[in-house]
Amino acid sequence: RQYAFPVHCHSCAGSQFARVFWCLSKNYLASKQELFAKMDDICMSSEKPGANVSRCLRNGYVHALLLYSSSLDGSIKLWDFMDGIPIKTFTVGSKLLALYALASFEDSVFVVIPKSGERDTFQLVSVKLTKAAGQDLEAKELSVVLDGVDASPKCIAFGREGEYVASVKEVNLQVYFFKRKQLNRFSVSAMKTKSGKNHFMCIACHPTEDCIATGHADGKIRLWRNFHHKKEYTFSTLHWHHDTVMDLAFSLQGSSLLSGGVESVIVLWRNESERQRDFLPRLGSAIEYISVSPDGTLCCTLHTDNSKAECVTSHLGSFTGLVVDPRTKALVLNGEPGHLQFYCLQSDQQLFSLDIVQRQYIHQAGLNQTDLVKVAFSAQGEWLATVEEREEVTDPELQLKLWFYDEETQSFKLNTRISMPHEDHITDMCFRDIDEVEDESLILVTTGSDCVFKVWVMVEDTDPEGNVSWSCDFVGSYHNYQATNCCFSEDGSLLAVSFEETVTVWDSVTWDLKCTFCYSPGKIRNICFGRLTCSKYLIGATDHGFLCCWNLLTCALEWSAYLNVVVLQPDPLSEHIAAISWLSKDSSLFVFKPNEPRPIYIQRNFCKEKIQLAVFVPREEPETIGSAKYLWLRRSQLFFLTATQELITLSTKSLEERLTPSSKQLAVEESLPVTPFSLLLGKHRRHQSQEDIDLGKLVVRNKPEQDSPAVKELLHTPAHVLPSASFLCPVFINSLLISKENPSAEEVADEVEMESEKTEADSDEERDVTEMEQEDTSPVELLGEITCKLSKSQEKELRKLRKMDYSWISAF
Amino acid sequence: MGEFEVHRVRFFGLVPAGVRCLACQPRGTRLALARTDGAVEVYSFAANYFQEKVIPGHDSRSVEALCWAAGDRLFGAGLNGEVTEYDLARLCAARSVDGCGGPIWSMAANSNGTQLAIGCEDGSVKLFQVVPGGIEFERNLDRRKGRILCLSWHPSDTHIAAGSIDILRVIDVSSGQTVQRIMVNYHVQKVKRECVVWSIAFLSSGTIVTSDSFGRVQFWDRERGTLVESHTVSTSAVLSLAVSEEEDSIIVGTSTGATYQFQLLPVKAGSLEKRWVRTKPFQYHTHDVRAVAHSSTALISGGLDAQLVIRPLMEKMQKKGYDAALRKFTFPHRRLVSCARKARLLLFQFSQHLELWRLGSTDETGKDGEVLPLCRMPEHLVQLKSKGPEHIYCSCVSPCGSWVAYSTASRFHLYRVQYEGNSVSIKKVPKMPKLLLPAYQLQFSSDSSSLFVASARGAVHVLQLLEPGGCKHQHTLRPPSGSPEAVYLLASSADGHWVAAVSGDWAIHIYNLKCFKHHCLVPTYSCAVTALAIHPVTNNLVIAYSDQQLFEFSIPEKQYTAWSRTVQSCGLHRVWLERDSPITHITFNPKNPSHILLHDIYMFCVLDKSLPLPDNSALLMNQGTLKQLPETARKRQLHAFKICKKFQPLLFADLLDENCLVMVERPIMDIKTQLPLPIQQKKFGT
Repeated sequence: RQYAFPVHCHSCAGSQFARVFWCLSKNYLASKQELFAKMDDICMSSEKPGANVSRCLRNGYVHALLLYSSSLDGSIKLWDFMDGIPIKTFTVGSKLLALYALASFEDSVFVVIPKSGERDTFQLVSVKLTKAAGQDLEAKELSVVLDGVDASPKCIAFGREGEYVASVKEVNLQVYFFKRKQLNRFSVSAMKTKSGKNHFMCIACHPTEDCIATGHADGKIRLWRNFHHKKEYTFSTLHWHHDTVMDLAFSLQGSSLLSGGVESVIVLWRNESERQRDFLPRLGSAIEYISVSPDGTLCCTLHTDNSKAECVTSHLGSFTGLVVDPRTKALVLNGEPGHLQFYCLQSDQQLFSLDIVQRQYIHQAGLNQTDLVKVAFSAQGEWLATVEEREEVTDPELQLKLWFYDEETQSFKLNTRISMPHEDHITDMCFRDIDEVEDESLILVTTGSDCVFKVWVMVEDTDPEGNVSWSCDFVGSYHNYQATNCCFSEDGSLLAVSFEETVTVWDSVTWDLKCTFCYSPGKIRNICFGRLTCSKYLIGATDHGFLCCWNLLTCALEWSAYLNVVVLQPDPLSEHIAAISWLSKDSSLFVFKPNEPRPIYIQRNFCKEKIQLAVFVPREEPETIGSAKYLWLRRSQLFFLTATQELITLSTKSLEERLTPSSKQLAVEESLPVTPFSLLLGKHRRHQSQEDIDLGKLVVRNKPEQDSPAVKELLHTPAHVLPSASFLCPVFINSLLISKENPSAEEVADEVEMESEKTEADSDEERDVTEMEQEDTSPVELLGEITCKLSKSQEKELRKLRKMDYSWISAF
Repeated sequence: MGEFEVHRVRFFGLVPAGVRCLACQPRGTRLALARTDGAVEVYSFAANYFQEKVIPGHDSRSVEALCWAAGDRLFGAGLNGEVTEYDLARLCAARSVDGCGGPIWSMAANSNGTQLAIGCEDGSVKLFQVVPGGIEFERNLDRRKGRILCLSWHPSDTHIAAGSIDILRVIDVSSGQTVQRIMVNYHVQKVKRECVVWSIAFLSSGTIVTSDSFGRVQFWDRERGTLVESHTVSTSAVLSLAVSEEEDSIIVGTSTGATYQFQLLPVKAGSLEKRWVRTKPFQYHTHDVRAVAHSSTALISGGLDAQLVIRPLMEKMQKKGYDAALRKFTFPHRRLVSCARKARLLLFQFSQHLELWRLGSTDETGKDGEVLPLCRMPEHLVQLKSKGPEHIYCSCVSPCGSWVAYSTASRFHLYRVQYEGNSVSIKKVPKMPKLLLPAYQLQFSSDSSSLFVASARGAVHVLQLLEPGGCKHQHTLRPPSGSPEAVYLLASSADGHWVAAVSGDWAIHIYNLKCFKHHCLVPTYSCAVTALAIHPVTNNLVIAYSDQQLFEFSIPEKQYTAWSRTVQSCGLHRVWLERDSPITHITFNPKNPSHILLHDIYMFCVLDKSLPLPDNSALLMNQGTLKQLPETARKRQLHAFKICKKFQPLLFADLLDENCLVMVERPIMDIKTQLPLPIQQKKFGT
């Protein structure tokens, strides 16, 4: 079916954009992607380092070739968006929450600011923009237009030719006529509907007629007319949406109205008639904003998830964990509800999204949706196992699905579907990871809260085609404890399953219980086997803050350490294991080999947030790393996902070098001709980046690091708007000077010193441990947290104490 | 309030007939309504939409169209092919003229009410001249194939727009020729179904508005015959359409029960360009909305679910008050139930038959709110079928239960009912005296010795009942000044001294029965009387008016009582005055002379004259809160109105003895199950 309106789905990168705007220039309609990239850059470049401007570009409106933007720090900026440079900055003073600029009000713009003295009340004010020369101007001429408006930019709209302004808040609609200076208020009764939620959500004004469209929380659209009269106003209702109408937009001539909501469907209402409507369904995710281009040919929607452009956020939270697809080396995690997204780290984009649940997603508040909770790949990436779960009040609905990678279609194909594989939640799942191609060796183990673990094997179907399917082979349990984790040893001969406080080791051929390990107090949180040279070790972390290592040959505890480990992640390509601890407010990273209790690398307090998941992603080619400290990063890279869904990685290099700087770098830099000036500047820059490496810049977030703002400004601003050279010169010269004090260098030096102390301490402690093991008491080791806070004298005292004989304690 | 044992009667199986057509009196204050059983009712806007007059139906006289002409003359036309004029004073069909064109589907009067146009089955449009004493055929207009389903005159009376199947025509009145022929479904491609133009309106601007079976409301240009605007409001047919007198608002009714308003609104403030915009949707009906009307302040719709809905236009209201309330009328504003107190019998009046029931009884007692088990079930004793096509005007059972009387338009019947053990025998009283028929109201005296028959011209006949089964015309009471209007309400005193009669001009005459003389005339009030009764002890006449005012008139002293004067000076409670259904019955408790028992459709009230009247700040319906208060605090909160809303919709309430009440309910759901299934509509989420 043909739709008369072409719709471009576009989501803005980052959350900076509150609304999508169209510029009048036709060139930019075609290349709006580029425009937004530029806007993003503008936004980022204008962000002052240190200043806490979380959402810099709050709102913008386009005026011919100029663009206004307002920010929460109280400034309105005028941009030349063709070149992406700021022209003027007007300082208003208070927080600006929304900005509206109209053609009919040339010298003033409208902004929403908080009302002084009252919390959570906002007012719409008009700001007179002075025409005085200069870049930084004060805009102090404010006049209040409307009081008690909503902070959302969707809740205010200007009528045809700027004759009136309409604002909605809760159940009230107010319309202010500029010429007559008349304010009319209307309200919908809150009691009228059964659900009681017919309050206003958004507003749009007809471009040529006196008609206001409002969207309501109960899914209705009301078209108000005759609102010049306080009494004889009237409205008609359009109803299709079953939930909140998120945004409305009139077409250029006003003959049709577009509405969107949580259903991810654009509804086109023709002639304001309830019967004449068209739909554009399946837009992927809930529609937040709708905007129509000034020439009326295009419509743009902004969705709640930004998955189209670059997807790191999975808006329902990562349940599945971070998994690397062995085939594509892509990071696999939850995407849209019921989908797995494959996210390529190298190109920083979503490769594809696999529909696992394969059910229509019903957008309804309070509905329990089926969602993905566990995912596992076989070693070669041929098999994919997924667990989906629907939380029900009585009993959960579980499904285990096994997918086979079809070479022909280049995608996963559903092979087996097992409903209710366990009676209760599935806690962990793993494949037997053998690098052999034989399918017979492939085994899947699932552990459940129903106190059993199950082993699933492939069986050949009886039909002549010889297809395979999965079925349960063995059910194991241990003293009716809940099974929490499972893990195969590297050669696949042993399976470790943790049952609350106990780790059990099973022979994977005969399914005999080989041995058990227990390290009370505390339940086992994570377990993993060592690899390569350390394959005889089994590592476990308890929720009472102990990390223990058992030797499988001797069946004895090799060592243990006091560390509140939240994530334990072995590197599949080396013997290194990463443990991430969480202490009060900081996450710390420890990398160690199981054969020695001394960590080979410690990164303390690298993140203020709790790390939820971590994964080693194999590098395409081993990186050459000079420092021995970072040798563990040679073959794979470690990625973390925080509670706020931020993806963090450790790198020895700065992000600028690592990422292909397609959209991140400005055109100006690339086309810089080779001049003495550019050489000077280039040297300056190289010097900076080298400095970074030298200083061992470790943590790189997905944010571009800042150059000197003065230099950037100087280079990005066209000459005709630059201030005089005499003004710029000192700024530029200053930026090239190397500052005497470099606080970061100092910091790093401190850390190195501290580390050397620790190694000292560690070696001592190692000795202690061996001693204690002989005594067969529960060994306690302090690895880090406390030690580093002690002064040297205290430490010596402590050492003395430790060397004392405590064997008399065991007598009790 | 006192405690009563209540007979909660739900076996009155009344199904009101659906509304077929509505007609607002032009520039007037009355609304005529015709039901599918041929009954015609007149509602008065001035009297708070009180159902002023009812002309019962007739089997062979269906009404397809009603219109007011020549001021206040009401004409109806139906499928029997006749145009009938109704006598609103005598409440009967006065004259009928055959249209000679087969069944008549539509009728319209011109703007000054001098001419009637009818649309017939054979496709002809005929003009009739309204003359004093009837109508005269004037001439035929251009006749084409296809029945004329709707007609509308241009306000200048020069043209008539006639809607038919698939087509609408504009006829020049002076030449009688069709000047414009518009195919309605020309724009719809490949449609096999025929498109019925259900309703049409001719606006003074030359725009013709049609509503059709495709669910469209369309605006046509008369000169060019082109479509100006088309609004699809429904997937099912739009059956009815009405335009306001200012021609700025239209109401349409659809077969799904929804009604929509269209308004002519300026596109921009101050610009002359105006457009019809569909504004408010309403869903008050469950079935076809066969008729709509647009008064100056309200949208009126009537449907096959027998509801008449009056939805006031808030923007035309000066203040929030009685007029601004939404009204839904399903039941008539008069009682169809009569009660034999002593014999504990109920007589139910249907359109063509009567049912006599004996109430059940119990020998148990219980606490407030308890349901008592019956030891004897209610019993359907007799069903009396009225012969002939005429519907029943009124009926009554005597207090002793041994007499039943009813009247149709041309006949009056009196029956003697005898109970012998479990068997009931009924015998028609022969040789009835010749009376001026029909009777509009019947009332037995409290000792069952005489029957009062309300008749036309303000007359009340007194019939003496004779044992074992006879009757004699005793006297005819007439107002001394004469009256053209029929008596529609009667009340007799318990001691047999007085009878009060209310005629259609709302004058209340009181007659002395001892000497059969006119006693006095109660001072006339500007509203319709909805109920009246004479107190058995004090002989005070209590009168309820349609504006919810209450008066007490002392018959012996020929003046309003002191209490009545207090009520008038203090004023009644605001909530009481804003109720939207009239009091239909008043009765008294002989044990408690200060109590007056009254009820309307939605409430039952015991009015205690000994208690102070509530002021507007007090809570009128305070029974619920009183129950929670301690004894001492309760005393201070008490006021005269004790209202019970437990029984709804309440068709009748009466006191059987000191502490026994009978309440006749007719739950709306029971009526709904009797109606045909409504149009199936997909509801989201089901």
